Amino acid sequence: MLPKKECIAMLLAGGQGSRLYTLTRNVAKPAVPFGGKYRIIDFPLSNCINSGIDTVGVLTQYIPLVLNDYIGTGGPWDLDTMYGGVHVLPPYQRQKGGDWYKGTANAIYQNIAFIERYDPEYVVILSGDHIYKMDYSEMLAAHKKAKAACTIAVYEVPMEEASRFGILNCNEDGSIYEFDEKPKVPKSNKASMGIYIFTWEKLRKYLELDEQNPDSQNDFGKNILPTMLEAGETMVAWQFEGYWKDVGTIDSLWEANMDLLDPRVPLDLSDPTWRVYTRDPVMPPHYVGKNATVQNSLVAEGCVVDGSLEFAILFAGVTVEKGARVTDSIIMPGAKIKAGATVQYAIVAEDAVIESGAIVGQRPENIENKDEWGIAVVGNNVNVGAGSVVPAKAMVEEDVPAAK
Amino acid sequence: MTGNNVVGIIFSNMHDDKLRELTDIRTMGSVPFGGRYRTIDFALSNMVNSGITKVGVITKSNFQSLMDHLGSGKAWDLSRKHEGLFILPPFGFNNSVYQSRVEALNGIQNFLTQCKEDYVVMSDCHIVFTMDLRPVVAEHIAKNADITMVYKNSVMPADLPEKICVEVGRNRKITDVLLTEGSADKVNWGMGLYVISKKFLLKVVAEAMARNRLSFVRDILQRSFEDCRVYGYKYDGFTGVLGSMKSYFESSMELLKPAVRSDLFPLARPVYTKVRDEMPTRFGLGSKVVNSIIADGCLIEGEVENCILFRGVTVGKGAKLKNCIIMQDSTVGNNTNLNYVVADKDVVFRDGRSMMGFESYPVYISKGVEV
Repeated sequence: MLPKKECIAMLLAGGQGSRLYTLTRNVAKPAVPFGGKYRIIDFPLSNCINSGIDTVGVLTQYIPLVLNDYIGTGGPWDLDTMYGGVHVLPPYQRQKGGDWYKGTANAIYQNIAFIERYDPEYVVILSGDHIYKMDYSEMLAAHKKAKAACTIAVYEVPMEEASRFGILNCNEDGSIYEFDEKPKVPKSNKASMGIYIFTWEKLRKYLELDEQNPDSQNDFGKNILPTMLEAGETMVAWQFEGYWKDVGTIDSLWEANMDLLDPRVPLDLSDPTWRVYTRDPVMPPHYVGKNATVQNSLVAEGCVVDGSLEFAILFAGVTVEKGARVTDSIIMPGAKIKAGATVQYAIVAEDAVIESGAIVGQRPENIENKDEWGIAVVGNNVNVGAGSVVPAKAMVEEDVPAAK
Repeated sequence: MTGNNVVGIIFSNMHDDKLRELTDIRTMGSVPFGGRYRTIDFALSNMVNSGITKVGVITKSNFQSLMDHLGSGKAWDLSRKHEGLFILPPFGFNNSVYQSRVEALNGIQNFLTQCKEDYVVMSDCHIVFTMDLRPVVAEHIAKNADITMVYKNSVMPADLPEKICVEVGRNRKITDVLLTEGSADKVNWGMGLYVISKKFLLKVVAEAMARNRLSFVRDILQRSFEDCRVYGYKYDGFTGVLGSMKSYFESSMELLKPAVRSDLFPLARPVYTKVRDEMPTRFGLGSKVVNSIIADGCLIEGEVENCILFRGVTVGKGAKLKNCIIMQDSTVGNNTNLNYVVADKDVVFRDGRSMMGFESYPVYISKGVEV
C-alpha cells in the first residue's frame, strides 16, 4: 500500500474569468500571464511546493488547452514526483452519464475518488486567481491546533471597502459565528481569501449532503460553509499578513503587475527562500539597445529594447523598437511595439503587434471625464495598424486598420 | 532504436589551460558565457536540436561545477528512459588520468562499444556556435566517410588552441591537414567538431594506443587523410573562440551585435541551460542602460554601458559600468566605477570602488572575492 498523504491541495482552475474579457478569450484565467514571466497559477502551485504540499489536483473546465500544456507533468514546480505530484482533473463521463462541474463544491465532489487515493487527513482548497505568497503549513498548524473542521484564510481590508467582500465575523478566539456576503454595514474587516483547509472526513460528509440537495448551487461560499456553520462545526479564521490581490479584473490585474515596480509593496519575488516557479521560456538574456532608456521597469529574457520604458512590464520575447514609448503598461510574451508607437496605461496581450506610430491607451490626466478613462487592452495576436489610435478603456479583439 | 543513430561526445576539459583564470575552479565546459549560459550548453543544444538523444560528456578534473550544472540532463531534455546524458569521468577504463584526446577516447571504449549508434559526433567546448548537425551527418553518411571535419573559412582566430588548417579538394575531400602557427590569410580552420563512424574510431584509437601515438591530429587525422575517407564540411556562421582571456572578452562582446545574436540564438534552435527561477530584471529609477545584455534576476539602479550582466547581478545607485562582464550573483556597490572588468561569480565590489582594465587586458576578479 502506498504511503498516506497528510495534506493535499485542490486548486479550482475552471473559472472563465469573464471579467478579464479578451485576455481569457483563448486561455483559462489561471493561465493569464503575470509579472513579466509568470502565469497566475504559478503562485498557488509554488506556494504548495514551498509549503511542503506535493500533491495537487487542478480542476479545469474552461478552455484548458494552454493550462494543461503549461502544467504538463509539473516539472517546473518540482511536482513531477513518483507518488503525488500535480494532476489535471477535468470533468468526466461515468457509467450513468456525466456532468460539467456545476459549482466549486461539485467540482471537488466529482473528484472524491482522486482525494481518497491519498487518504489525506486534510485538504486545502485554493483558487487560481490570486497573487500572494502564503505558507499553507502555518495555516494547517493553526487548523490542527484549533481542532477545526474548517479554517478560512482572511485578509484585513480597509473598513470602507469591506462591503465588496465576503466578510467573516469572528469571536475573540478566532472562531467564526457569522458569514456576511458583501454586507452593506460590515461588522468586521476580515475578508475571506477563498483559501480553505478542511478536515477531509468533515468535508466529505458535507459534500455528500450538499449533493443530495437539489436546490443547492454546489458552491463553497454559498452552500458548504453556511451549512457547516449551522450544523455547529468548529470553523476558524486564520489571519494572513502580507501581499494578497485578487486579479480577476482588468484593473486589478494591471494594478497587481504595477505593484511589482513599487519597492514599498511587500511582494518580493526575488526571495531565494520562497521562489515562485514558472515554466522557463528558454530564451537568451534580454538586450537593451543604444537608443533605449529604461526606468523603473521589469524586463524578462528574450526581449529587445531600443525604445523607452517607464513603469513597464515586459514579458519574455517582447520587442520595443527605436522611438517607441511604453509607459505604465504590461506587454505580454512575444508582442512587438514598432518604431515610434506609444503604449500607455495598457495591456498588450501575447503576440500582438503595435505598428509604428500607433497610439494605444491614454494617460488619465489627458481625459476630462474620468469615467471614460480606463486601461486599454489589445487582445492576443491582434495587429494595431500604423498610425491608428486605440482609446482608453478600449478592448480590442480584432485587427485595427492603419490610419489613412 | 530511438534517436538518429548518432551518439554525441563532448570533451568538457579540452584546452582548459588556455583560460586559466576562468578554469581554475571549473572545466572549459562550465565557463560562464553570454549572460546565462555555460559553454557546454551550446555543444549540448546543437546536438539535442539535431535529434541526438544520447550524449557522453568526457570529464577529467575540476568537474564538480559541471556536474552541478548538468544534473540529470533534464534542462536539455536528456533525462530519458532510453539513452540521454552520460557523464564519463576519468578512471573509467584504466587507472590513470588521460593526457590526450586519444587516451580519453580509449578510456571510453566500453561506453562506445556498448552504444548501438553507428556514428559519433565529437565536440569541444572552447568554441561557441549554433549549428544544425543533421546535414553534416547526412553528408557523412551519403559519402560513406570515415571522418567528416567541420571547418570555417576565415582568418584563423589568433587564440585558437588547436590550429589545424585543411586543404579541401574535389567533393570536399580533405587533401592536406596542417598544424600551423596561425595565418593572416583566410584559411580553412578546423573547429574541433567531427563526425566519425564509430567502427572506424574504435579501430584507429586502438591502433594509435598500441603504437603509443597519442595525438588525435598528428597520429590519426594526419596519418589517415590520404588512405581513408576524410571529408570536410564548411560552416559559415558565428564562432566565438575562447582561447584566452582576451578572446573570451572579445567573443562575449560580439553578442552585442544583433547579427551575432540572431546567429547564435535562432528562434527555432533554442540554447538550453540550467533554469534558475529568477524573477525578471528590475530597472530602478535613475538607472541608465545602453547597449548591454542582461539576464534575469538583476537589480539595476546605476549606469551600464556595453556590458554583459549574468543572472542575479546587482548594480547599486550611482555605479558606472562600462565594457564589463559581471557573472552570476555578483554585487556592484553604490558609486562604484568599473571599466573593462571581468568579474567571476559572487564577487562583491564595495561602495565607491574603482577599477580599470584595458580592451587588450581586461581585469579579472576571481570567484567570491570582495573588492
